[in-house]
Amino acid sequence: MTSVLNVKDLHTSFVMPDLTIAALQGVSLSVDKGEILGLVGESGSGKTLTGFSINRLLSAPGRVVQGEVLLHGQDVLSLGEEDMRHLRGRRIAMIFQDPMMTLNPVLRIETQMRDALRAHEKMSKAMARTRAIAALDEVGIPAPESRLRSYPHELSGGMRQRVAIAIALLHQPDVIIADEPTTALDVTIQGQILSLVQNLCRDRGTALIWITHDLAVVAGIADRLAVMYAGRVVEIGPVDDLLDAPAHPYTRGLIDSVPARGQRGQRLKQIPGRMPALTELPVGCSFAPRCEHAKAACAALPDMTALDAERSVRCFYPLAEGSA
Amino acid sequence: MAEFIIKRVLQAMVVLLIMTVLVFFGVNVIGNPVYIFASSECDQACLTKTIAELGLDRPLWEQYFVFLSNLLQGDLGNSFTHGIPALSLIFERLPATLELAICALAMALGFGLPLGIWAGLHPDTIISRCIMAFSMIAFSLPVFWIGLIMILTFSVQLGWMPAVGRGDTVDVFGTELSALTLDGLHHLVMPAFTLSLIMMAIVIRLTRAGMREVIFADYIKFARANGIRERRILTTHVMKNLLIPIVTVLGMEFGGVIAFAVVVESIFSWPGVGKMLIDAIGVLDRPLIVAYLIFVVFMFVVLNLLVDILYSLLDPRVRLGGNQT
Amino acid sequence: MSSVSQTPTAGSPRELARRFVSVPSAVIALVVFILFCIIGFGAPLIAPQNPYDLRQVDILDSLMPPGSQSYTGLTYWLGTDGQGRDMLSAMLYGIRISLIVGLLSGFLALVVGTFVGLIAAYRRGWVDTLLMRIVDLQLSFPTILVALILLVILGRGVDKIIFALVVVQWAYFARTVRGVALVEGAREYVDAARGLRLGGMRILFRHILPNCLPTILVVATVQMAMAISLEATLSFLGLGLPPTRPSLGLLIANGFDYLQSGRYWISVLPGIVLLGIIISANVLGDRLRDILNPRL
Ligand SMILES: Nc1ncnc2c1ncn2[C@@H]1O[C@H](COP(=O)(O)OP(=O)(O)OP(=O)(O)O)[C@@H](O)[C@H]1O
Ligand SMILES: [Mg+2]
Repeated sequence: MTSVLNVKDLHTSFVMPDLTIAALQGVSLSVDKGEILGLVGESGSGKTLTGFSINRLLSAPGRVVQGEVLLHGQDVLSLGEEDMRHLRGRRIAMIFQDPMMTLNPVLRIETQMRDALRAHEKMSKAMARTRAIAALDEVGIPAPESRLRSYPHELSGGMRQRVAIAIALLHQPDVIIADEPTTALDVTIQGQILSLVQNLCRDRGTALIWITHDLAVVAGIADRLAVMYAGRVVEIGPVDDLLDAPAHPYTRGLIDSVPARGQRGQRLKQIPGRMPALTELPVGCSFAPRCEHAKAACAALPDMTALDAERSVRCFYPLAEGSA
Repeated sequence: MAEFIIKRVLQAMVVLLIMTVLVFFGVNVIGNPVYIFASSECDQACLTKTIAELGLDRPLWEQYFVFLSNLLQGDLGNSFTHGIPALSLIFERLPATLELAICALAMALGFGLPLGIWAGLHPDTIISRCIMAFSMIAFSLPVFWIGLIMILTFSVQLGWMPAVGRGDTVDVFGTELSALTLDGLHHLVMPAFTLSLIMMAIVIRLTRAGMREVIFADYIKFARANGIRERRILTTHVMKNLLIPIVTVLGMEFGGVIAFAVVVESIFSWPGVGKMLIDAIGVLDRPLIVAYLIFVVFMFVVLNLLVDILYSLLDPRVRLGGNQT
Repeated sequence: MSSVSQTPTAGSPRELARRFVSVPSAVIALVVFILFCIIGFGAPLIAPQNPYDLRQVDILDSLMPPGSQSYTGLTYWLGTDGQGRDMLSAMLYGIRISLIVGLLSGFLALVVGTFVGLIAAYRRGWVDTLLMRIVDLQLSFPTILVALILLVILGRGVDKIIFALVVVQWAYFARTVRGVALVEGAREYVDAARGLRLGGMRILFRHILPNCLPTILVVATVQMAMAISLEATLSFLGLGLPPTRPSLGLLIANGFDYLQSGRYWISVLPGIVLLGIIISANVLGDRLRDILNPRL
C-alpha cells in the first residue's frame, strides 16, 4: 500500500544572520489511508515544527532546508505558493492545541467556516451555511444553526475544539495533523474529543497524525507510533510492538516514566539528564549522553535501520526483546 | 445590549453634570463671574445692573440651578460682539471645524493604516524604521510649528497652496462645505494634513503594534492552515482585530483633534469654532467663550459615549458584558 | 538602605549609566538638552543685549535680516524682530523661560502625581477607586483642551500656565506610578519589610518609591517635552505667557505675521530651537525607557 503522506529525512532550520539553529535534523515518517500515527516526544523535540514544516507554515526565520514531503507521491515542498495554499485545509488540515486561541475572537463561527469553505470552492452564502451546519452536526454540536451565529468566546473549550475539528474536516482532507488537540481540555472532554476524531477519521479513511507527549493517549488511539528526540525520529513502528518491546533506549525510558496500571505506588523511573539545547547537540547520537547503553560507537550518528518490515530505529544497539 | 447602552448613557450624564459643576464653579469662584458675563466696557452702574440681572447676589447653589436650567433650554447667553445667541454662532461655525476634523481623520487613517500595516509586516527594514521615526516626530512636534512650516514652504516659497480661509464652498442641505469644490479642496488640504499628523502618528504606532501581535496569533495560523487567501486573512481576520483598539483610540483622540483644531484654524484662518474661540478671547467676548467651553465639554462626553458603544459593537467580548479578560 | 530594598530587576546605577553611555543617540540627546539648559539659564550672561530693556532696543533696527549691523556696531547675527530686538538675545531669553516653565511644571506634576499614585496603590480600596476615577476622567479630556479652558478662566501669567500644566499632567504620573507601585508592593521584599514591622509611610517612601523612580524618570522626561510643547502652543495662541515674558512660542507667534512677507527668521529660528529642545527631550525619554525598561 502506498502511503498518503510520506516525509523523508526532513531538515528544518532557523536561519538568522548570526546563527543557525537546526531544529529538525532528519524526520522520516509516513501515514497510510485511514491510519492514525502517533507522534510523541518530550517538549521541544520538534513535533509542532514537523507539522508546520509539512504544510509549509513555518514563520520566519524557520525554513525547510532539506528533505521531501510527498503527498500521494507528489512533492509538496516544490509547489508554488498558490498551489500550496490550495493544499492547506483541502488536502492537509490541522487542528491546534489550544481551542481558546485557534478561532478568531471577533468573527462569528459562520464567517470562519464560510471563509474556510470558500478558500477552495466557489459557493453561495446559503450553500456555505448548509455545509457548515452539516459539518457542525457531524462533530456532535447541538443546535448547529444557532451556534453559527455565536462568537468563539460564547462556546466552551470542548465546543470550540469541535468547531475546529469541523473546520478541519470541511474539505474531506487526505491527512489531518492534530497537534495536541486535547491537552488544553479537561479530562472528561479529552476522551470525547479523542474518540470523535478517531471515529471520523476511520469512517472517511482520513490519515491522522496525532501529536502528543502523552503516551497513554496515543496507546489507545494510534495504529503506529513515531518517537522524536531532539529533532529526529528515533523509532517508528506499530504501536503495540513499540510499546511492548521498544528498541530505542529513549522509547524505553519514555514508557518507563508513564505510571502504569497495577504498578501504583511503585516509583517511576526517570530518564536521567535533560534533552540538550538544539545549539549544543552532540555530534553523534543525540541521546548518547543520557543513555545507559551508550558505547564508543555512539559518538557517530546512527542511521534509521529497519528492524523488520514495519519497524525502524535510529540506534547502533537496539534493545533486544525482553531486555530492560 | 440595550442595558449596556442605558448604563453608559446614565454614566455620561453623571459626568456631564459633574463637568457643568466644574465649569460653573470655575467661572464663578476662580474668575469673577461679573467680568465673564459683562462686556469689558461696562462701568460701575452697568456692573451693578448686570449683577442683579444675572442673579449674582443670590446664593451660589441657586445660581447654579438657574445656570443649569438655562443650559437645558439651550440658552448660553448672547455674544457681545455679534449680538446673537452664542449657541447659534457656534452651530454656524461648527460645520467648518467638523469638515476639517473629519478630513484630518480620514487622512490619518488613509495614510496611517497602510504605513502601520507595512511597518508591522516588515519590522526590520529601513523603510519601517523611517516610518516609525516619522511617527515619533509627527507625534512630538507642536502642531502650530508644523502648520507654520507648511505655510512657509508651500504658500510663501513655492506658492502652491493658499494659506488662508476655506476657499469656495458649496451648500449641501444648508451646510457650507469646502471639500466639494476644487478651490475649497485646495484650501482644505494643508490644514487638514497638519491637523491629521498627531492622529496619523498614533494610528501608525497602534497598527504596527497590533499587526505584530495579531499576525502571530494562533487563529491567524489556523486560518492559513485552512488555506484562506492572504488577502482575505489580512482584510478580515487580521483587520477586524486591529480595528478594535484603533477605533477606540481614534474615538478618544477625535476630541483631541477638535481641540487641536483651535490651533490649526487660527494658523490657517479657517473659519471654524476654534478660530471663533481665539477671536472671542482676543476681544473678551466672554459669553461666547463660556458657551464654547460648555459646548466642547458636552461634545466630548457624547463622543466618549459613542466610542464606548461602537467599541462594544466591534468587540463581541465586551458586548456580551462578561468580565472576561 | 537595607538589603531588602534592593530592586530585583533594575541594575545598579553604575550598570545603568554604562548602558546609557553605550547608546549614542541617548548621549547625544542628553548633551543637546544640557547645552540648551546651559545657554538658557546663562542667557543674561551671554546674550548680546537684554531684549526686554527698552533702552537697549532700537525700533529703527526692526526687521533686519540675520548678519545685519546696527549703527552702534552690534551685529544682529540672527536678525531682529518687528520691534528691533536682537533675535539671538530674544531666543536665549525665550529658551530660558520655556525651560523654566517646562521643568517647573513637570516637577510639580511629578510630585503631585507620584504622591497620589503611591497613596492609591498603598491604600487600595475606595481611596484607590476614587483617585483612579478622577485620573480616568481627567485623561479622557485632551490635555490641550483642559489647559485651554483653565487659561481662559485664569488669564495669562507664568504662575497660571504652570498651574494649568500641572493640572493636565499630574494624572499621567499618578496612573503610571500607581501601576508600578502595585507591582512593587506585591513583591516579596516589601512583604519582608512588612514582616520587619516597618511603618506604612516608611515602606511607601523607603521601599516602594525608590523602585518606581526609573519609571517616574521616563515619564518625567516625556512629560517635560510635552509641557514645553504645550506652553509654546498656548503662548502662540496668545493664552499662555504675557508679552513681557516671551517664551519661544510667543516669539514664533510674533514672527508669524511677518512670515508672508518672507521675513522667515523671526518665526523659524525660535521654532528650530523649540524643535531641538522637544526632540532631544523626547529621544532622551525614549532611550531611557529602553534602557531602564520600566513596565510602561
Ligand atoms: N522561532 C524559533 N527560533 C528558534 N528556535 C525555535 C523557534 N521556534 C521553535 N524553535 C525550536 O524548535 C524546537 C522544536 O519546537 P517544537 O515547538 O516543534 O517542539 P514540540 O515538540 O512541539 O514541543 P511541545 O511539546 O512543547 O509543543 C524547540 O527546541 C524550539 O526551541
Ligand atoms: Mg508543540
